[in-house]
Amino acid sequence: MQSDSTHTATPALELSRVVKSFGAVVALRSGSLRLEKGSIHALVGENGAGKSTLVKIIAGLYRRDAGALHLEGEPVDFHSTAQSKAAGIAVIYQEPTLFPDLSVTENIFMGRQPVGRFGRIERKAMRDEAMAIFARLGVRIDPDRPTDGLSIADQQIIEIAKAISLDARVLVMDEPTAALSGIEVERLFAVARSLRDEGRALVFISHRFDEVFDLCDTVTVMRDGAYIDTLPIAETTVDELVRMMVGRDVTELFPKLSAEIGDDVLVVEGLTQPGVFHDVSFTVRAGEIVGLSGLVGAGRSEVARAVFGVDPYQSGTVRVAGRPLPPGSPRVAMARGVGLVPEDRRKQGLVLDQSVARNVTLAVRERLARYGLIWGARENEAARTWASRLEVKTAALDAETGTLSGGNQQKVVLAKWLSSDPKVLIVDEPTRGIDVGTKAEVHRLLSQLAQRGIAVLMISSELPEVLGMADRVLVMREGRLTGEFDRADATPEAVMYAATAHEETVR
Amino acid sequence: MTTTATAPARPFVSGVGHLLKARETGIAIALVLVVVVATALNPTFVFSNDGFRDLLLTPSLLMVVAVGQAVVIITRNVDLSVGSVVGLTAYLTGRLFIDLPGIPIVVVFLAGIGLGALLGLINGALVAFAKVPALVITLGTLYVYRGINVAWTGSDRINASDMPAAFRALGTGKLVGIPILTILAVVVLVVAAWYLRNLRSGRELYAIGSDPDAAHLYGLRVTRRVLAAFVASGALAGLAGVLFAARYGTVSSNAGFGWELQAIGAAVIGGVAISGGIGTVWGAALGAYLLLTINRSLPIVGVDDFWQRAVVGVLIIGAIVLDRVLALRQHRRLVEEREETR
Repeated sequence: MQSDSTHTATPALELSRVVKSFGAVVALRSGSLRLEKGSIHALVGENGAGKSTLVKIIAGLYRRDAGALHLEGEPVDFHSTAQSKAAGIAVIYQEPTLFPDLSVTENIFMGRQPVGRFGRIERKAMRDEAMAIFARLGVRIDPDRPTDGLSIADQQIIEIAKAISLDARVLVMDEPTAALSGIEVERLFAVARSLRDEGRALVFISHRFDEVFDLCDTVTVMRDGAYIDTLPIAETTVDELVRMMVGRDVTELFPKLSAEIGDDVLVVEGLTQPGVFHDVSFTVRAGEIVGLSGLVGAGRSEVARAVFGVDPYQSGTVRVAGRPLPPGSPRVAMARGVGLVPEDRRKQGLVLDQSVARNVTLAVRERLARYGLIWGARENEAARTWASRLEVKTAALDAETGTLSGGNQQKVVLAKWLSSDPKVLIVDEPTRGIDVGTKAEVHRLLSQLAQRGIAVLMISSELPEVLGMADRVLVMREGRLTGEFDRADATPEAVMYAATAHEETVR
Repeated sequence: MTTTATAPARPFVSGVGHLLKARETGIAIALVLVVVVATALNPTFVFSNDGFRDLLLTPSLLMVVAVGQAVVIITRNVDLSVGSVVGLTAYLTGRLFIDLPGIPIVVVFLAGIGLGALLGLINGALVAFAKVPALVITLGTLYVYRGINVAWTGSDRINASDMPAAFRALGTGKLVGIPILTILAVVVLVVAAWYLRNLRSGRELYAIGSDPDAAHLYGLRVTRRVLAAFVASGALAGLAGVLFAARYGTVSSNAGFGWELQAIGAAVIGGVAISGGIGTVWGAALGAYLLLTINRSLPIVGVDDFWQRAVVGVLIIGAIVLDRVLALRQHRRLVEEREETR
C-alpha cells in the first residue's frame, strides 16, 4: 500500500473528460483517470467501455478530440508514440509487439541504443544493461537470442524491460495476464510491485477481479465510454465493482418478439479442442435465440467457427436437425442449413469490392445458376427481394459493398444467409461498430428470424444485447461453459460473475 | 524460477553467431567450389591475365546494385527500377563528357549518384506517402525511367572514344593487381555493412522489415527510413551506372537491362529474406558474385547457353527453400531452448 503523502502530491498522469470519436461512433465520451506516483491503479469495465481507447490516447497512438491530459501537472499533447515514450510513458499491449528477427537486447533498446563515437552502437554496454535489467527483474532470458519463439510471458517481461530502460514514470499494462499461467502471473506481479515501490505509476487493466484486488491500490470503473468512479481498493468489493460496470438499465432498444420454441435444431456435445475450448455442450431450439456471453478471448468465436466447420476440433459432435455434421466442412454445414455471420464482417463476411447483389447471392450461387452460369437477372431479382426485405440502404444493388455503412453491410451479410433459407444461424458480434439506430434494426431482424423458426446462436460481448435479445444465456470463460441462465434469471451480475470470476471468488 | 540472471552459456551465443554466419559462409564455399571446378576444367578461368581480372571485375557492378537492393529488401520493400536507373545514369555519364568537354571526372560521378538518388527519392516518396506496395510502384518507375532513357537516347549510343582516357582507365585499371572497380565495390560494401550493423538508423531498417506495425508502435520514423533506403538504392544504382560507362565504354538505351532481377536474385541467394528483417549486405554481395561467376563458368563446364538461365532460376529457388527450412528449424530450436531454460 502506498503512503498517504503521495495522495496530495502532483499526480503522475491525469486525464480529465477526454473525448474520442471515430466518424459517427463515439469510443470515449468522457474518460478521466488520475494516476498517483508509487501506486498501482486498476482500470476496469466491460468490453467496449472505452478502456483501450483511453490507453491508446495515453500512448500517443490516437489523438483526443477534447479534454485535458496532464503529465506531472504539465499539460501535454502527444502526436506520436515516440513523443509519449520520450515523456516517460510506456504501454504494454495485450499482444506484445516485438521484432521477431532481432535479438532480445535490440528489442529493448531499438531507437534508443547507447552510442559512442560516430554514432556507433555500443553493443557491449547495451547487452550489459539488458543483463542488469533482467537481473533486477529476477528473470533469465538470453539477451542474444531472437525474440522469435519466446512465450507471451517472456515477451511481456521484455516489454517491461523496455519500460525500465526508458525509465518510464508511467507504465500501462493492458490485460497483461490474459495469456499467462499462474506462476507467470506471480512473477509479473512481483515485478509490478517493485516498480511501484520505486515510485512509478502503474495502470493495470484486467477482467480478473481476484488479480485486481490482489495487486492494485486504487480502481477506476468505466462504462459506455465514460468515467464512473474511482475508489481505494480497500474500500470496495467485487459486488460493488460489478454493479458499477454493468449498472444501467437494459435499454428498450431490444424489440424481443415472442416466438414459438420448437424442437432441438443445433445440438453440440462435448466439443473439445485442446488449448482453445473444452467439453462445450449446448442446444439451440427452433425459434430460440441463445446468447453466448463471455469476455473477449473466452473461446466463443472459436466454438462458433468449429461448429460451422471452419476450425477443427478434436472431439465432440455437432448435430443439425438430428443428423451429425462432419467436422471441418463449411460446405456441408451450409448445405444442411447452417449460416455463420462472422465477427469480422469486412474480412470474413463480405467481398467488399463486389456489388451488393453479388454479396447477397453468394450463399445461393449454385441455386441461381443454370447450366453452370449465373444469370444477372436472376441474381438481381434474388438480391432485390432480400435487400428490400432487410431494408438495406444502398444507392443501387450494383454499388460496391465496401461503400455501405457498417450497419448496412451487416444487413447484407444477414441477407446472404437468409436467402439460403437456413435452419441455424450463428451470429458473432452482430452489432459491433454499428450505430445505435441500425443496431435496433439488426436486433429486430434477428427477432423476426427466430419468430420464423430459425435457431439463432448469438455471440455478443455487449451484455445488454445478450440480456435483451436472448431466450437463454450461455456464459463461457477460458474455453469452458461456466453458466447457463434462462431469460428470467439472467441478471447482469450473474452473467458477469460467470464470465469473470475465478473459482475462489465464485460464491 | 531462478531469481538471478546469469550470463548465458557462451556456446549458445557463438552457436547463433555461427548459424547467422553460416549463410554467408555457405555462399562463399559455393563460390570457391565453382571457381575450383571451372579452373580444373579450364585453367585459364583463373590462371590467365584476363581470367583473373574478369573473375574480380565482372561481378563488381552488380555487387554495388545488389547492396542497395539488399538495403531496400531488408525494410520489406523491393526496388525494381534499379536496372533502369543504371541505364539512365550510364547514358548521362556519356552525355556529360560529350556536351561538357573537360568536365572533371568527380563531377560526373556526383551527377550520376545524384540523379540515381533523385530517382530513388521518387520511388521512396511514392511508396512511403502513397502507401502503395513497392512492387507496384517500382514496376511502374522501371518502365517510366527506361522510357525516358529510350526517348533521350534514341538510336544514339555513347562510344568509348567519347569519354576521356582517364575515366576509361577507371573501368579497366588495376591497383596493386586488383581492378579499381572491384576496390570501389568493396569499399561501398564495407561502408554499407558497417552502417547497417552499427548505426541506430541502420538497425531500424531491420526493425521496420521485421514488423512494420511494431516499428510504428516503437515510435520509429518508418516513413523517413524507408525513404532513405530507396534513396540509397537509387544512389548506388547511379554509381553503378557511371561505373558501367567506365567499364564497357559503349552505352546504348538498354544498358542495365534486367539488372533489377539479378540484383534481387543476388540478395535472395545471399540470404536476405524477401519478407524483410533478415540478411546482410555481405550475403547480397557474395550472392552477386556467385550468380555471375556461375554464369561465366557454365559454358566452361559444358552447360548449353540455353540452360544457363534455368540454372540461375534453380539457384534462386534453392536459396529460398533453404532459407525457409533453416528458418523453420531455427524457430523450433528457439522454442525448445526456451522450454529447457524454464
